[in-house]
Amino acid sequence: MDLREEEFIYPGTRACAGCGMALIYRMALKALGPKTIGTVPASCLTVLHGMQGFCSTKISVLHTPFATTGAAASGILGSLEAKGLDDEICVLAFAGDGGTTDIGIQALSGAVERGTNFVYACYDNEAYMNTGVQRSGSTPLGAYSTTTPGGKTTHKKDMPKIMEAHGIPYVATANAAYPLDLYEKFQKARKIKGPKYIHILAPCPPGWGFDPKDTIKIGRLANETGFWPLYEVVDGIFYLSKKSKKLLNRENRKPIQDYLGSQKRFRDLGENIIKAYNEYIDNLWKNIEKRIEE
Amino acid sequence: MTQAIKVNKEENRKILTGNHAAAHAFRQAKVEVVSAYPITPQSPVVEKISDFIAKGKLNARFVRVESEHSALAVCCAASATGSRVGTATSAHGLELMYEMLPWASGNRLPIIINLATRALGAPWSVWTDHQDFITVRDVGWIQLFCENNQEIYDTNLQAFKIAEDPRVFLPTIVGYDGYILSHTMMPVILEDQKEIDNFLPPINHHINLSDISKVKGVDPVTTPHIVKRKEGTAPGYYEYRYSLQKALESSIDVVKQAHDEFAEEFGRSYGNGIYKTYLTKDADSVIFAMGSIASQARNALETLRNSGLNIGLVSLRLFRPFPAEDLRNLMAQFKNIIVFDRDIGYGYEGVLSYELKSALYGLNNPPFIKGFIVGLGGRDVSDDQIIEGVEKGLDYAEKGEFSNKTEFIGLKLDELDFLNRGEK
Repeated sequence: MDLREEEFIYPGTRACAGCGMALIYRMALKALGPKTIGTVPASCLTVLHGMQGFCSTKISVLHTPFATTGAAASGILGSLEAKGLDDEICVLAFAGDGGTTDIGIQALSGAVERGTNFVYACYDNEAYMNTGVQRSGSTPLGAYSTTTPGGKTTHKKDMPKIMEAHGIPYVATANAAYPLDLYEKFQKARKIKGPKYIHILAPCPPGWGFDPKDTIKIGRLANETGFWPLYEVVDGIFYLSKKSKKLLNRENRKPIQDYLGSQKRFRDLGENIIKAYNEYIDNLWKNIEKRIEE
Repeated sequence: MTQAIKVNKEENRKILTGNHAAAHAFRQAKVEVVSAYPITPQSPVVEKISDFIAKGKLNARFVRVESEHSALAVCCAASATGSRVGTATSAHGLELMYEMLPWASGNRLPIIINLATRALGAPWSVWTDHQDFITVRDVGWIQLFCENNQEIYDTNLQAFKIAEDPRVFLPTIVGYDGYILSHTMMPVILEDQKEIDNFLPPINHHINLSDISKVKGVDPVTTPHIVKRKEGTAPGYYEYRYSLQKALESSIDVVKQAHDEFAEEFGRSYGNGIYKTYLTKDADSVIFAMGSIASQARNALETLRNSGLNIGLVSLRLFRPFPAEDLRNLMAQFKNIIVFDRDIGYGYEGVLSYELKSALYGLNNPPFIKGFIVGLGGRDVSDDQIIEGVEKGLDYAEKGEFSNKTEFIGLKLDELDFLNRGEK
């Protein structure tokens, strides 16, 4: 693979040690290249971008209120189209799971429905981490957050599926622990015309409760247990990504306890929760099997 | 100061609704990006703009959004990418935009909103009052109000010039009464495109994300303090907001200038661009009002004058920034001012009334001011109501009975039979 050497994030950002999002953002910008304009809602990425007057990236970024990421991307695109620059410049919307699955879902749905030619990346650290770990629509079952002190009682929202239902040309899942896979997916998305949606799992050491050195390990476990499969849907056709292929065989999946047990947010999980997870993952993969057969 | 219409422009005269006058102004201002969401009574503005685009009469991108919140978010982003941008809305649409209003002004984005005014729910009402316009007075936008369809067209063209002036760079709302103007046809002169291009050159924006050679982080987090680093010094939030206030203050002169230039070029003027006066030369009392209420007052003045009162009208055109100095200079000469508000600062009184009182504070022998509420939610405002208010107001003045209490004119509580049941 031809991985671009140039970096687009300056060193010394305000991201936490071991931040999954920072890794994702770094690879995404490398894949999209310098002719990119970003737009970012209130999120951990706002923090990474730093304070007024200093920009931590080599691309221009428009910060925008929480609910408006999809609309802001459409606005930038509208102006670029008016100037005839829309083929040359890529518009990247980069939002967290709260900004995507909750408060930003309406603007995002509108933006893709009207065919906005942009890449929308949701980095999913599975709660409102920037405001201090409150639950989001993407927080998984059983996870502790400051607003679910007894553990969340429902599964996370299947956002990639919601996006797929919009009939857009490209939907993919990715994971901070597989940077080359995500690099390739962003590169691919850059070349496709129309709305592209990439949903990336972003392990978060302080929010999930693990040692910053373990970001990659935890991310891999999310894949290896079958909890977060990597796939692409290109023009409606489902492709299981290489790193998740062997998980089609149930025996190759690690027990979910390996993943859950490595994070403090899942401490004291009862047997019922483990059972619910196993059913959830079985169903997930039954559906994947069906889709591959099609 | 009524309009002086040049006879040689008769051939450009069309019969248009207020909404379509606004749409024609957008077309001739060569707006590049429009984004809007339908709401009564604004919708015909953006329908007409869509039609212009479809017929190739306007080369703009129309971003059809799923809410007004997104509409203004699109406008903000498109403006930050360097384009001339505008939208239109009413009432609940403007309220849904609220979060983006201070965002646009804080970022100094010269976006134009046409506001066909409408009452705010609950309860639902699609008819006009000025509550939506008034309610967004503290978000840092320039706010102009129109009295007829020609003024809507002319004010839109001036609004782009004002908003995009480097001394200003502020978003602007052009308000006009829903239905009373938005859906009523009047003659409107559309100017030659060449002359408009001359009056309103293409935008030269201070922010332009599309120039990717200049990397910018637009609107990241500011601190309460100034941040100094070896790369440079960044202002704190406080300094940004100071500059916003200063830009608003200095925009008063720019509003006048744009108005005067327009009058010079096209032969139509609206008072001094800030307010319009009517029959004030010999007046000792004046009515102070805006939009449809000012128009109604013009009508009622004939009767009032015939009854022997030396009374005139001051119709406010620029509501924000509030032209306190201009109004002090003007109003000092009058003994009495009767203010009619088609809005309320709920819990206090009509907003025009208390804004004017505060503007005139400290004058020697200040005028007596009495405010009345009229016409909320589209209740018809007749000459009789204006006359009733004036007579009551002058009576209070004579007796020296000053009061900040709201008084509603045109209320029909006596027709609500359920209120009277207990007594019968």
